[in-house]
Amino acid sequence: MKQKTQVADIDRSLYDFRFDEDENDFLDSGITPEIIGEISDEKGDPDWMREFRLKSLEIYNRTKMVEWGASIEGLDIDNIVTYIRPKSRMNTDWDNVPDDIKNTFEKLGIPQAERESLAGVGAQYDSELVYHNVREEVAQSGVVYTDLESAMHDPKYADIIKSHFMKLVPPTDHKFAALHGAVWSGGSFVYVPKNVHLDIPLQSYFRLNAKGAGQFEHTLIILEEGAYLHFIEGCSAPKYYEAGLHAGCVELYVGKGATLRYSTIENWSKNMYNLNTKRALVQENGRIEWVSGSFGSHVSYLYPMSILNGRGASAEFTGITFAGEGQDLDTGAKIVHNAPDTSSYMNTKSISKSGGKSTFRSAVTVNEKAVGSKSSVNCESLMLDNISRSDTVPVIVTKTDKCDIGHEAKIGRISDGAIFYLMSRGLSEEEARAMIVRGFADNVSKELPLEYAVEMNNLIGLEMHGSVG
Amino acid sequence: MSELLKIEELSAGIEEKELLHGITLTVDEGETHVLMGQNGAGKSTLGSTIMGSPEYTVTGGKIYFGGDDITEETADKRAKRGIFLSFQNPIEIPGITLSEFLRNAVEQVTGKRIKLWEHKKTLKKSMEALGMDSSYADRDLNVGFSGGEKKKAEILQLLTLKPRLAILDETDSGLDVDAVKVVSKGIEEYRKTVGGTLIIITHNAKILEELHVDRTHILSNGKVVREGDGQLAFDVLAEGFEKYIGEV
Repeated sequence: MKQKTQVADIDRSLYDFRFDEDENDFLDSGITPEIIGEISDEKGDPDWMREFRLKSLEIYNRTKMVEWGASIEGLDIDNIVTYIRPKSRMNTDWDNVPDDIKNTFEKLGIPQAERESLAGVGAQYDSELVYHNVREEVAQSGVVYTDLESAMHDPKYADIIKSHFMKLVPPTDHKFAALHGAVWSGGSFVYVPKNVHLDIPLQSYFRLNAKGAGQFEHTLIILEEGAYLHFIEGCSAPKYYEAGLHAGCVELYVGKGATLRYSTIENWSKNMYNLNTKRALVQENGRIEWVSGSFGSHVSYLYPMSILNGRGASAEFTGITFAGEGQDLDTGAKIVHNAPDTSSYMNTKSISKSGGKSTFRSAVTVNEKAVGSKSSVNCESLMLDNISRSDTVPVIVTKTDKCDIGHEAKIGRISDGAIFYLMSRGLSEEEARAMIVRGFADNVSKELPLEYAVEMNNLIGLEMHGSVG
Repeated sequence: MSELLKIEELSAGIEEKELLHGITLTVDEGETHVLMGQNGAGKSTLGSTIMGSPEYTVTGGKIYFGGDDITEETADKRAKRGIFLSFQNPIEIPGITLSEFLRNAVEQVTGKRIKLWEHKKTLKKSMEALGMDSSYADRDLNVGFSGGEKKKAEILQLLTLKPRLAILDETDSGLDVDAVKVVSKGIEEYRKTVGGTLIIITHNAKILEELHVDRTHILSNGKVVREGDGQLAFDVLAEGFEKYIGEV
C-alpha cells in the first residue's frame, strides 16, 4: 500500500506530542494597534498591508460576535497569542529546518509523503511557514507554490497578491474575517498558469504547537484558464488545557474552464476553536470540488462558499463531519449561482456520538441571471446514541423560477438489528458499529486520495474505540 | 454421534411477554433437524435466541453448544464457536461490499488474516457453485438486492464461514423455483464440504426433498408440541398443522 501522506498510526498520542517553545518568542496576547504594528514590523509588511491590518482591526473592534450557532464562550480572544516568532525562517531545504520542528513533521509523515506522492509541500508551524518545496518539473511548468509572504515581497507577484488578497473574503465579512485580516500570518500562494495540469497534488500542512495560540494562515490559489490542480490541506495540534484558535482564510480563484479540487482533513485537538473561512470564485465552465473531513476541534464554524460566476461553472461539495464528546461542529457549504447554466452538487454526511453535536447548514442562492441552473443538496446524519444531536438547516433562495433545485435530508440511527446481524457473523459490537459508520462514510472516503481515505477510516476506528458499554 | 446443541427448558421473550416456554431439544453433530409451526409459533424466536439476539431475553433454561453453556454469551462469541443464522430478513449495510464484509467476518471467525486475492478466489468459486453473478461481491451488502438475491447472499455467507451449526430461518420463503434450487444446492454443498449440522425452519417441502432429515420438531405457542423423524415434516406439509397440533 502507498505511504500515507499524513499520519502513520491511529494512536491519538501521535497528534498530542509537543515541543516546548520559548516564551520570548511570543508576542503579547491580545489584539491592539501596537501588537498589529509589531506583527507588521516583524514581517516587514509593505505599506498597504500595514494599513490593511490596522483597518481590519478597526472593523474587528466594531463587529459583533455571531449570535447563532455553536457557543464560542470558552474562547477568550484577548488572551490568544496571535503571533509566535519562529525559530526558523522559511526553508526550501529540509535539512535546515530546526530539529524539533523537523521531528514534528517527520512524526506526521510529511517529508516521506512528499518524496512519494506529492508535487510540492508546505509546512506551517505555529505562525510561520517553515518549509516549502516544489518538485523541479512542476516549477518548470510555471507553477508557483510558495509562502504567501515571500510572494507578497517578490516584485513578480506583489501586484497579484495585492489585487487578490481578501477580495473574496473581505474583512467586513464577519468578525473572524476581520481578525484574520489584522493578524494573518503564513499560508501559501499557488499560481497555476493557463492549461497546466498538475497530475499529482500539492499539500500544505498546518501545525499549531504553541499553547493558547492562534493560527491565522492565508491560502491564496489562482488557476488560470484551463488549469487543473488538486490541493490538499491537513491540520493538527497537540492537546492543551488552554483553548486554541484557528481562523484561517482560503481564497480560490478558478479561471475559465479550470478545475480545482481542494481537499481538507482537519483533525485539530479537541480544545480548538476552528473558525475558518473558505471561498472560491469560479469562472465560465470552471469547476471547484471541495472534499472536507472535519474530525477535530472543540467548536467549528466552517462553510466553504462557491460563487459560480460564469456560464456553465460548477461546484461539488463532499463533506463529512464527526462530532464526538464535547464537540460542537457547525459545518456546511454555501453556493451562489450567479450565471446561467451553473450547477452545484452537495453531498454530506455527519456523525455524532457521545453527546457530540453536529449541525449541517446549506445555503443555495440562485440569482436572477442564473437561469437554467441546477442544484442538488443531499445530507445524511447518523446519531450513534441518544445523547448526541444532529441538526440540518437548509436554506434555499431562488430569484428565478427557471432553475432546478433539490434538497434531501435524512437523519438516522444505527439499528439494533444491523448490529445483531454483523455480530452474528463474528464481529464484536464495537467492530460492528465501526463497520456501519465506515459504510455510512464510504461515499465521502471514496472522494479522498487513497492515503487520506485510509486515515479517515483509522480516525473513525479511533473515534469509535471505547464507544460501547 | 456427539451432542452439538442442547437446549434445556428454554424460556425467552421480549420485555414482559414470554414467547418461548420451556423448550427442550438436542441436535447431534452432523444431523439435520427441521423446525415447523404456524406463523407466530416461536420458530424464528428460537432461532434468534440460539444465535444470541439481544432482542430476546432468556428468562429460564440453558443453551449448551459443544458441551459449553453459552446462554449468556453475545452473538459474536457464538459465531466464533461456529453457530450461524441465515436471516429471514437480511439487513442492508450501505457502503460495505459483500466481499469486504465476508472477508472481515471470516477473519473474525477464524482469527486469521486472509489475503485479499485468496479471499477473492475462494469467494468467486463459491459464487460460481451457487450460480451467483460475481458482480454481487462488489455491491454493498444486501443493498438493493432482491429477496432472492439476499437469500443467496446468506447461503454464500454460510459456505464461506463454514459454521458447525447452521440455522436457516425460512431461507427458501418467497423465492421462485430457480432461487429455491440455488438455496438447495448451497445446503447440499455445505453438507458435502463442511459436513455441518443444520436446523431448518421452513414451510416448504421442496427444500427438504434432497436432504436426509433426522428429526422434525413442531412448535406451537412457544412450545414443542410434537417430534418425530424426517417423515413427520413431509406429513405435516402434506396434511396441514391442525391435525398434528391438535393431537397434543
